[in-house]
Amino acid sequence: MSEPASFRLKTGLAEMLKGGVIMDVVTAEQARVAESSGAVAVMALERVPADIRADGGVARMSNPSMIAEIQEAVSIPVMAKARIGHFAEAQVLQALEVDYIDESEVLTPADEANHIDKLAFDVPFVCGATNLGEALRRIGEGAAMIRSKGEAGTGNIVEAVRHLREIVAGIKRLQSLDSAEIFAEAKDLQAPLHVVRDVAERGWLPVPLFCAGGIATPADAALTMQLGAEGNFVGSGIFKSENPERVAKAVVEATTHFEDPERVLAASRDLGAPMRGDDIAQLAADGELLQQRGW
Amino acid sequence: MTAADGPPLRIGVLASQGGFARHVRMLRRLHADAREVRSPAELEGLDALVVPGGESTTIMKAIERDGLGPAICAHVERGAPLLGTCAGMIVCDSEHLGLIDAVARRNAFGRQAQSFEAQLDFEGIGGEPIEAVFIRAPWIESYGPGVEVLASWEGHPVAVREGSVLACAFHPELTDDHRVHALLMAMATSARESAREGETSR
Repeated sequence: MSEPASFRLKTGLAEMLKGGVIMDVVTAEQARVAESSGAVAVMALERVPADIRADGGVARMSNPSMIAEIQEAVSIPVMAKARIGHFAEAQVLQALEVDYIDESEVLTPADEANHIDKLAFDVPFVCGATNLGEALRRIGEGAAMIRSKGEAGTGNIVEAVRHLREIVAGIKRLQSLDSAEIFAEAKDLQAPLHVVRDVAERGWLPVPLFCAGGIATPADAALTMQLGAEGNFVGSGIFKSENPERVAKAVVEATTHFEDPERVLAASRDLGAPMRGDDIAQLAADGELLQQRGW
Repeated sequence: MTAADGPPLRIGVLASQGGFARHVRMLRRLHADAREVRSPAELEGLDALVVPGGESTTIMKAIERDGLGPAICAHVERGAPLLGTCAGMIVCDSEHLGLIDAVARRNAFGRQAQSFEAQLDFEGIGGEPIEAVFIRAPWIESYGPGVEVLASWEGHPVAVREGSVLACAFHPELTDDHRVHALLMAMATSARESAREGETSR
């Protein structure tokens, strides 16, 4: 292929994932459960964030054989994670024909100064962001989808809420600026001027915005959608719960019917115990927060 | 474009999951009263319905879970037009809701790595070829005599029409070319007119 795939093809797949739930899976069996529960895509990884957090050590791209097994097991899109800045892992994942790459802070960063040049790839990328500036830097590098970082593996939605609100508030602020003020705002956001201008004109990101990092219940999913997320990533929240299949279906239902509390209520009944949640302040005191990886 | 007279066309876009937002945006540009629909009640009295792209497994599960199947079939049975794109084409086929006498093959063109853009001759919309965006797209594997093929790519039908149902494997909503949506609206306008004539003759 001579030229990288067009931005329209890359964002187009993310458009098709809207209103849906992308689920972390570590085995082909979990991938089948996710698909049959209504997931729009699966994220193939060796350990869910809660386990990565518990195990410590270096977290890398997953074993390609395991990803391939999951690609065989399901017909929905399969995503996989590369370390921040690790373009060679991304090249391997592209050669494996995964449908989307998540350049993810959940894995141990490989480059502390540079993210991957995503414009150089045909495969689309999703990247995490904690605020508008970070989101626009990633889009400038070629990301075709943005997700909140949240704090992965905690089952605590507070950080994802903070990040979504930051991003949406940043967009609203951009819309209130005149053309002269955009230059200084781009400097403050530390983001490329053309991307900043584009967002100011559209009143939204040029790529879909999803939520990730801490969703554990149907009400969490409805909350993030009402805050402006266009779909949800759920990591540890499903397969670390007592009844993964039921929780998966319930989160899918709440993501569609996020504006209808009766439906979210119905989806929330009889789910068994959700995953255990972690307090962010305690985690911060104990060590590094994953959301602080990347810039 | 609006109906010859009367209020703007009321067009529902199934929003259970998928690329519904771009369809709504395009239909509004064409001055339709476009709205997201997620429940059987919201499907009542629509001039046209769009079933967007997305994941067909997810959309089918939502249709079953939310009891949308009978409402969608009733919409087509009363002669109101429906446009299915990509996953929406699969939802319409004879192995799913059975709204067209055709079988779609899922992900027929491959994974995202095989997604592509093409200029496509499309019968019935006139003029230039249409800009077609294929994303993990299906094609029509087989079809009955009542199905008219409007466009093909590499020998595979990728746009078909049977009665009031229009289905295409690609995504006109991701481009600025609104001719497929205009065709749907023209079909809706004539369906509205013939319904009105039916009433007056009674």
